[in-house]
Amino acid sequence: MLTTSVPDPSQKHRRREHGLMLALVSPALLVILALIVLPVGWLAWQSIYHDGFTLENYRRVFTEDVYWRSFALTFEISLAVTGIALLLGYPVAYLANSVPKGWSILILSLVVLPFWTSVLVRAYAWLVLLQRSGVINQLLRNLEWISEPLALVHNTFGTVVATVHILLPFMVLPLYATMQKIPNELMQAGASLGASPSLTFVRVFLPLSLPGVLAGCTMVFVLCLGFYITPELLGGGRTVMVSMLVSRNVELYNQFGAASAVAVVLLLSVLAIFVVVSRFISLDRALGQK
Amino acid sequence: MTAIRNFGFGCALVGAIALSGTAADAAEQITFVSQGGAYQQAQTVAILDPSAKKLGITINQDSIPDAWPAIKTQVGSGKPIWDVVDTPTGYCLRGGEQGLIEKLDFSKIPNAAAMPEAYRSLYSVSYEFYSSVLAFSQKTFPKDAPNSWADFWDVKKFPGRRALRNHPIATLEAALMADGVAPDKLYPLDVDRAFRKLEEIKPHITVWWTSGAQSAQLLNDGEVDMEMAWNGRVSAVAKEGAKVAFTYNQGILQSTSLCILKGAPNLATAVKFLNEAVDPVHQANLPLHIDYGPGNPKAFETNVIKPERAAQLPSEPANAAKQALMSYAWWSSPAGEAAEKRWASFMQK
Repeated sequence: MLTTSVPDPSQKHRRREHGLMLALVSPALLVILALIVLPVGWLAWQSIYHDGFTLENYRRVFTEDVYWRSFALTFEISLAVTGIALLLGYPVAYLANSVPKGWSILILSLVVLPFWTSVLVRAYAWLVLLQRSGVINQLLRNLEWISEPLALVHNTFGTVVATVHILLPFMVLPLYATMQKIPNELMQAGASLGASPSLTFVRVFLPLSLPGVLAGCTMVFVLCLGFYITPELLGGGRTVMVSMLVSRNVELYNQFGAASAVAVVLLLSVLAIFVVVSRFISLDRALGQK
Repeated sequence: MTAIRNFGFGCALVGAIALSGTAADAAEQITFVSQGGAYQQAQTVAILDPSAKKLGITINQDSIPDAWPAIKTQVGSGKPIWDVVDTPTGYCLRGGEQGLIEKLDFSKIPNAAAMPEAYRSLYSVSYEFYSSVLAFSQKTFPKDAPNSWADFWDVKKFPGRRALRNHPIATLEAALMADGVAPDKLYPLDVDRAFRKLEEIKPHITVWWTSGAQSAQLLNDGEVDMEMAWNGRVSAVAKEGAKVAFTYNQGILQSTSLCILKGAPNLATAVKFLNEAVDPVHQANLPLHIDYGPGNPKAFETNVIKPERAAQLPSEPANAAKQALMSYAWWSSPAGEAAEKRWASFMQK
């Protein structure tokens, strides 16, 4: 039995290193605390306190139909957007992963390029493409494929199209990061054992890329839950997503509490999603940070 | 604490010097707040500069798109900075009820006292008018254009795509007029009847617009064939060459008003300014610079506005007579607030 009152030198060293790390990240932590944690906390506080403690704002969120319908619609749209983004993004990431370096850089820069255009401008661009007198309807009419213009925008369809476009990079990048780490030798081993390319893909590559799929889907789904500008401009007024309820409640009740209650419920559901997902994968690993 | 006391002492000292010496020279001033942009510029030329000159006061300007939250915080803090605010009339009334806006003594505001009673309230005076009108594409309707809300609701006689504002204010009024209620018999609104009528047209509405810019774009791009829109937006689109027009028939006449913040720092001067700002001549100058109608109908008797220009303005007496005058008092009543809350569930059904 050996008890030491003197700390183990290596432990001491580690503690000093931790202290140093903490000092290094503290400016960033302070910014997050001051600009995110405090304001969000203050807003959350207002949702339960207005001239005294009250649960009225939450009673409204959980009892009035309007809120349920908006939450349901928001989750439906987010699911649709996530599914479509996955179907579109997976082949792109796969291609970027399997072509020579130069090509993959080109593909990825094309994926990231739209980031440089504002969401607002892109929403209007979709309006130009999709509306009744828009490019697509004109083209189809000139080809005489349709006689009446199609209702492509001012509805849920237009919202989903534009949202997919905006969120696609958030699907492609995590997928690509995960695919990069799948050793090529595994596919060669599969082939050498006589499996066809499609079988190696299904049995080897696809399962190994699943963490990327999950990470990409989580990113897109969660970001989509909070979308505001696209449904506002392209939804035609009928597509009322949760974020629009937040802004509507500020106007309607003239106090932040009514709006922040909606935001708190949304925030908690996002946190719940993250908790569930992180039980299956480590998100930061899938995103390629480790 | 000491600093504040010293500051107070300093102020008292300066005040004493001013009083003992040149009291008349101590220029009076107010802070006036409007909504910015071309609209505030037009006012500066037409109303603010001439008023400042005539009264010998300095008018400091500020602008904010939505004054309501600022009014709440400024008065709530106990030390408002602003004196006079130009804001949608509903906010003046709501502010008055909540003790944020000064009650007006109309004996000191003769210009406003001479205005029709419907154009003022205990807390506010109409400053300018705009209208929610029925606008349509002249391409779709070269002749026999829709001319009433009943026509707008008649999808057989007037086929085409339609848009309404995604807001109950003015939309419920239009629905009731479509259902046969006379423009001067609207209030108190029969909310149930209005929503029933709206259910009827709902499947035929392509877009429920949220911003004025959006309503203009819809009309300009031919995305809809008819819609409710603000007269200034429609005339702006028409000026740019789009084949669009509108009718004042059954338009809903809306206004922004001037009101004074409770405990305004320059209350007495603010009241003087309020009177001057609704002076018929200044008011008549406003529509020479922007597509809004004067808040004071006497402006049309000044000969400043040419008859052909007057005919384009929403508050010109003949045009006003065709329209419904919005009752902000009803919209800020509990029934009005309930109707506003009901809108969301109507939209999502």
